[in-house]
Amino acid sequence: MMNLLLHISAVIIAVSILIALYRVAKGPSMPDRVIALDMIGINLISLVAVVSLILETTAFFEVMLLLGILAFIGTVAFSKFIEKGVVIERKRD
Amino acid sequence: MSVNEISGLIIGIIVFLGSVLSLISAIGLVRLPDIYTRSHAATKSATLSVLCILFGLFLFFTVIKDYVSARILLGIVFVFITAPVGGHLISRAAYHSGVSLWESSIHDELNGKKDKQHTSS
Repeated sequence: MMNLLLHISAVIIAVSILIALYRVAKGPSMPDRVIALDMIGINLISLVAVVSLILETTAFFEVMLLLGILAFIGTVAFSKFIEKGVVIERKRD
Repeated sequence: MSVNEISGLIIGIIVFLGSVLSLISAIGLVRLPDIYTRSHAATKSATLSVLCILFGLFLFFTVIKDYVSARILLGIVFVFITAPVGGHLISRAAYHSGVSLWESSIHDELNGKKDKQHTSS
């Protein structure tokens, strides 16, 4: 019963990643795509968690932490690029 | 039913609830009309779904496998802190780069305050 629920959950998360991918492809403006990419990163964390529940292994925990950190840093860099045009500012004042 | 089967069923239900929340959030990401409402759908319910699933994972390894993992707790805290910050940053960047609101929006708090905020920051 638990395995059936876990497999259904993995399929549902994969479907929601595909729906967010549609928003990445279509999105009218740049921040739409960035928000959809952020949500894809969040969903990847949950997909890795469900896979590690199905396989009953602890080997993927670092993968979840790294995916979270990379998704957050990517969102911050993209938002700074959209707002100011650069990611790393050289001018100091 | 043994204790392990019952707790496995509860964990499966929690994980399933999280995945359904993720699907609802994806539907909101497609259906809502502009970037600000979409950020509402994409940050809140997606964060709740990943928290549910990570909590189910923590319960599984704590109750059934007798293995208390601090890394999952660290992942829960990190996602819970960073996801609203990311949503706020990208909405702010969208407003300052001139993405327009939905045409049926009736109120814009930041209208006219944009220049003053730019010079002060």
